[in-house]
Amino acid sequence: KLCKQYFPVDILSKILSINVDLQTDATLQVDISDALSERDKVKFTVHTKSTLPNFKQNEFSVVRQHEEFIWLHDSFVENEEYAGYIIPPAPPRPDFDASREKLQKLGEGEGSMTKEEFTKMKQELEAEYLAIFKKTVAMHEVFLCRVAAHPVLRKDMNFHVFLEYNQDLSVRGKNKREKMEDFFKNVVKSADGVLVAGVKDVDDFFEHEKTFLLEYHNRVKDASSKSDRMIRSHKNAADDINRIASTLYTLGTQDSTDVCKFFLKVSELFEKTRKIEARVAADEDLKLADLLKYYLRESQAAKDLLYRRGRALVDYENANKALDKARAKNKDVLQAETSQQVCCQKFEKISESAKQELIDFKTRRVAAFRKNLVELAELELKHAKGNLQLLQSCVGVLKGDT
Amino acid sequence: MQLEEEVEDKFELNISITNPEKVGEFHYISPFSTTLPMFRSKTFTVRRRFSDFLGLYEKLSDKHTPNGYIVPPPPEKSIMGMTKVKVGKEDNSSAEFVERRRAALERYLQRVVFHPSLLQDPDVREFLERDDMPRAHNTQALSGAGFLKMINRATDSLSKMTIKMNESDVWFEEKLQEVEAEDQQLRKLHIMVDSLVGHRKELSVNTGGFAKSVAMLGSSEDNTALSRALSQLAEVEDKMEQLHQEQAASDSFCFAELLADYIRLLGSVRASFDQRMKTWQRWQDAQNMLQKKRETEAKLLWANKPDKLQQAKDDITEWEAKVTQYERDFDRVSATVRKEVLRFEKEKACDFKKQIIKYLESLLQSQQQLIKYWEAFLPEAKAIA
Repeated sequence: KLCKQYFPVDILSKILSINVDLQTDATLQVDISDALSERDKVKFTVHTKSTLPNFKQNEFSVVRQHEEFIWLHDSFVENEEYAGYIIPPAPPRPDFDASREKLQKLGEGEGSMTKEEFTKMKQELEAEYLAIFKKTVAMHEVFLCRVAAHPVLRKDMNFHVFLEYNQDLSVRGKNKREKMEDFFKNVVKSADGVLVAGVKDVDDFFEHEKTFLLEYHNRVKDASSKSDRMIRSHKNAADDINRIASTLYTLGTQDSTDVCKFFLKVSELFEKTRKIEARVAADEDLKLADLLKYYLRESQAAKDLLYRRGRALVDYENANKALDKARAKNKDVLQAETSQQVCCQKFEKISESAKQELIDFKTRRVAAFRKNLVELAELELKHAKGNLQLLQSCVGVLKGDT
Repeated sequence: MQLEEEVEDKFELNISITNPEKVGEFHYISPFSTTLPMFRSKTFTVRRRFSDFLGLYEKLSDKHTPNGYIVPPPPEKSIMGMTKVKVGKEDNSSAEFVERRRAALERYLQRVVFHPSLLQDPDVREFLERDDMPRAHNTQALSGAGFLKMINRATDSLSKMTIKMNESDVWFEEKLQEVEAEDQQLRKLHIMVDSLVGHRKELSVNTGGFAKSVAMLGSSEDNTALSRALSQLAEVEDKMEQLHQEQAASDSFCFAELLADYIRLLGSVRASFDQRMKTWQRWQDAQNMLQKKRETEAKLLWANKPDKLQQAKDDITEWEAKVTQYERDFDRVSATVRKEVLRFEKEKACDFKKQIIKYLESLLQSQQQLIKYWEAFLPEAKAIA
């Protein structure tokens, strides 16, 4: 039934809540201008405007799927040249399973409810589907914008191919063996991560950052899950008010007495207030929950950077030891010297760029939180005032009637 | 609380039930104040046990329900109440349960005394005035579940009777259908409001958890302004936790309880229709009996048995009187039921309006509080640099 959904551009452009203060200059601007939801995949239209000479045209669009974004992200991670940068976190996989299941159940249960109830529920579920859809588009867009705003990553060949090549990138999903390799890589990384984290860094800046990020990441994780729980309860309460409004309506239409007219007015009020409540929950989701989720992923990416630097440090220290040994034995000294120099350069290069990256991360984080908290507060106020006005006018009318 | 009614004499009768104190069982103190001349003094206080309230209902129901009166029912004994769904952790001693019961008993008593006929009942006067009440027995049957079972059984047998109603009864038939439809909707509504109460309590708890989490996040944030803003956000969410908790209480006490009251009351309404049915049936049965007696007389005349004839004639006289009596009863009960239903509907309209407006006003206050909290927070968020 919901095979193809088509959503206009202006809705999409309003979703960006996390894209803050990114240097969007005329040389390279990327956005997702369209999106199509098909049976089991989402097709994003990636639109680019650029004055850079590398591209054949100044403005062009291609269609990409989620796997291609992941391919691009992984190519950054695997590129040694980018070891000193915070790799923008990959967007999460579009997940409509739960929503689809609910819609299917609704379709099956169509016979057991009234036409009004069915229509209402269908509208609700469609709105939910739309909200999830908007979010996934926003997250894919943010990823691209972060890349486009990064002074080094924006020049990446794969990125340009991603933006311009108008055929399928034929990025097959990882086969079983590759998935296993990934798994082990992650296991090794986390074991190493523990090791590296235990070693106290000589550099104060990095030592502070390590301590800070470890704690911050855990607390953001907790705040993220708690915010999800809170928002879910909020949605549940709004759903209840919706059902209450329906039942009051039924009571109100049973007769034309004063009481029934009263019920109809109250039902109308609850219909309106619950729409506002649902919007409050949705806005909290966008401004708070999504913000926390994003910084959960970003802080993980920052931790990964520290880990890479830590690995480079270990390699450097090992190269030093190897050089000492070679000098002592007077064997393969030149080789050891070269190796040591390579490790030294690598380490210093990473350290230099890592420092800047982490400072930028802080700036971005503070700006994003500021923007979202201000918007959250403004929206909460707007909705509360809306609610208040509805309640006041309704109570006024009801009191006047008696 | 004053009731303005079309009754000739306006009177004042203020009842409230306060402070249950635990003395073995709960004793309720009910301070009254009144201008009614029938009471001994203008203000007085008595203590009653929960079972005393049930006992009062039993007495009133026994006397008045058969005559078609809608006797207000007391609250249930059990915690489970209407929907058999446990909303949060509740037990007999929880403050919430105690308050709920107190308020329900108060409303019960207020309904009783504002019923013009019931107020005249000496049992009611005794309940209000007498210092020491003898313990009420046999109140088991009056526990909520038992009461509802009794009503349901009665209405079942009602539907099983194939009753041919004549023209003048269309009002009753329609009314009963209305009552049954309304009962169904109110029960549905009550379940939904209970669900709302549950979700709001959940929201309150989850908001509190979130508040603590944000506070922790704020303390590990190394940008000072952001750190401060986050701890302010934590405070706002803390206040929201409190707000949601209060709102859940309002949902419960203003709205859910109102619905529970009226579901019980509709049970009493159906009981009065039931009684009317019974009196009609009794009249019909008497008519059938009279017919039989007449047939017996005819048979005896034909069989020429003069000795038994006198008995037959006496029987006929007896049953003729009964038929007349039962017809009068039916008419009287019908008129009472009609009057009662109209009175009930008026009271219900008034009650619902008053309570729901009160509920909406509590929602209103909630929003005003909300606005205050976020207005205080906004400058803090803007101050982040």
